[in-house]
This record gives sequence, C-alpha cells and structure tokens, in this order.
Amino acid sequence: MRLQLLALLAKEPAHGYELKQALEQIFGSAYPSPNIGQIYVTLGRLEKDGLVRGVDVEQSNRPNKKVYYCTAAGREALDEWVDAPSEGPRVRDEFFMKLVLAPMTGIADRMALINRQRRHYLGIMRDLVELAEQTDRDNRPAQLLIEGAMLHLQADLDWLERCQEDLL
Amino acid sequence: MTTAPSGPPALQTVNLVKIYQTGGLPVPAVRGVDLRVERGEFVAIMGPSGSGKSTLVHMLGGLDTRTSGEIWIDGRRADTLSESAWAILRRQKIGFVFQFFNLVGNMTVADNVELPALLSGASPKHARERREYLLGELNLTDKADEAPGRLSGGEQQRVALARALANQPQVLLADEPTGNLDSRNTRDVLRLLGQVHRQGQTIVMVTHEARVAGLADRVVTLLDGQIVDDGAVAPARRRKQGPGDVVELHG
Repeated sequence: MRLQLLALLAKEPAHGYELKQALEQIFGSAYPSPNIGQIYVTLGRLEKDGLVRGVDVEQSNRPNKKVYYCTAAGREALDEWVDAPSEGPRVRDEFFMKLVLAPMTGIADRMALINRQRRHYLGIMRDLVELAEQTDRDNRPAQLLIEGAMLHLQADLDWLERCQEDLL
Repeated sequence: MTTAPSGPPALQTVNLVKIYQTGGLPVPAVRGVDLRVERGEFVAIMGPSGSGKSTLVHMLGGLDTRTSGEIWIDGRRADTLSESAWAILRRQKIGFVFQFFNLVGNMTVADNVELPALLSGASPKHARERREYLLGELNLTDKADEAPGRLSGGEQQRVALARALANQPQVLLADEPTGNLDSRNTRDVLRLLGQVHRQGQTIVMVTHEARVAGLADRVVTLLDGQIVDDGAVAPARRRKQGPGDVVELHG
C-alpha cells in the first residue's frame, strides 16, 4: 500500500483516517477496504524512510492528530514507481503447478483439476457481475477495476480450455 | 438454485450422436451426449471451438438432424417427427437466438418481435405488450419502427433475442447470443436473461463468455463431442470475504 498512500499524499497532506476514506471513495467496493492499523503502520515505515513526514496538529478536546505530507524524496520514489513498467499477469500460478505436478504423483487427474478450476472461476465471475451491478455506474475506477478482473478471468478460462484440448 | 423437477424435463437427449460426412469421411461432431434439462434451469454450454456445442443446440432446435440417439422436448419424442411436425413443435415450445439473426427485412423491428407471439395464438394486445417490455429492457424502444437492415449488428442481435422471447417459449436456445455485442449491450442482454430466468424461463445457451456463463445455474463442458463436465457453478465465496477480495485475487 506504500505507493498508493504516497500518491494520495502527493496530491494533498492528510491524516490516516482521511487516507482510508479516500481509498474507499476512489475504488469503492471493488477494492478491499484498507485496515486503519495497516495504514498507520505503512505511514510509519514511509516516515522512517524519509518519504513522508508527519506533523502533529492540535485539536481542541481531542488527542492531537498527525497530518502527513509527501517529502521531495517521496516525490522521487513516486516518479520512479509511475515511470517503471508494471509486472505482467501471473501465469505460473498455484493452479499451474498443481496441473503439472499433481498428475505426476498420481494424486489427481488433470481433467478433474481443470473442471473444478473452471467452476471456481465461473463462481468468481458471477460475483463480479453482481459486484458490477451493485457498484455506482459513475464510479469509473471501480467499474474499470471490475472489468479488468473480468477480462483476466476470461483469459484464465480460455487458457483452461487450451489445457483441456491438450489432453486430447 | 436448480428448480425442483415438476413434470417431464424441458429437454432431454439420450446418447445423441451427430456424424457429418465430408468427402466420404465420417466426421463425428457429437459423440453420445446424455443431457437432461429441467424446467426453469439455466444451462450454459462451454467448450473449445469444434467441440460440438453449436451442433448440439442446432439438433435440439431441429435445425440439424441427428445421426442417432433421442431428443425429447417437454416429454415428447422430437427426433422422430416429420419435418413439418418438428416445425410446429418448435414454434410452440422453442425460442432461438443464433449468431445469424434472420430478421425479416421488410417488416419493422416491432413486427419482427410480435410475429412469433401472434403465430402461436397470442392476442394482438398481449403480443404488443410483450414486445414493448422486451424492446424496453434491451434499450431498443426507439428502434421499434425501423427496418432491421438499418440497425447495427449488435442491435439486430438484441432484436433477435427479443423475438426469441416474445412467445415465452418453453425453452430458449441460444448460440453465442452476445457474440456481436459491446460491453454495454452485453450488460443489457445479461440483465434480461437473468430476469426472464428468474421468471421461470428455461435457457440452454452456448457461450464462450464467462460473464454470460456465470449467470447460469449449471455449466456443461463439451470436449471433442462429449460431455466432460456437468455441474453447478461453484458457490459464491463473497459472503465470507467481502467483494473487494474477489477483485484483488486477479487485480
């Protein structure tokens, strides 16, 4: 979560709870709601690395809150992140390992493995369709995230089909 | 979500086989399929191209003859019927959406959709109401008076779906009904399919699109003309985790 938080702080200084709210608002239910404790831990690490700095702000009849802002070094780290290409999709995933290794040991049949995996993916797809319906049409980041997940799933399913054809 | 069987299955095949003769060589396309679809079920048929999916639904709809085996529609043996008797049964019981829409070119969209209902004896008022509902759901209300030829491929595809459902047929057979559609139109089609399914419509649909198959109660997978998997879509896991985690898995 380091760089997401850094990006939000590069936009404007904020305290932990505001960052949590901003993430929820931007990504909606299409992204796991960040845990506030996790956010504070991450902010602490970012501060230790000199990428953000926290300033105590006094509040009347409440404990002080810490507002964080992005430092010059933080800005540099953010630029580096944005400029670097992102990893491609995982293909040597756990299922692939099962598919290759399990039949060698005689503990599973490849056809059965593929069939089970297909049903599982379709179950996820059903959830995504529902999620897309429940998500505000105007929340573009959330809709695009869901659509991306759907396209990845479709590719995974097409690949399962290829694996199954290979068994012929 | 499978509906409890009431009466005969909507559709059943027994050891269904199709062998094409091409250049004297027998090419088996469907090799002994036993499939039973209960009333109200939504079955998606998946599988690689050339696995026999389209041939299977074409035989179910009487568009292609079987080589051997049996086809039962609503408790009646259909494969032994004469061509004209098949046509009547089809008109009464089956709605089709295929990759080619076959709309009547010199009739308006509205008339195309109303025709099957009128042919099967619905009153003009009922046929019109049904047409208005279906075109509305598919975002086509303002195209009702157009000729089909003036519509885009995606629009014609949706008109074909409306026509197939006009009759409230016992079984809707569909072969890649979202094949020509963009993302938004696919969403409209999915919503309508989900809706008519909840109203009790039996659906048997060939699709390679996971979004579409995910709507089904049951997925049948064909490989090389045979069923290699037949079962319910894995139950949702969302309740335990929260929807976000579903996306994160593949995000």
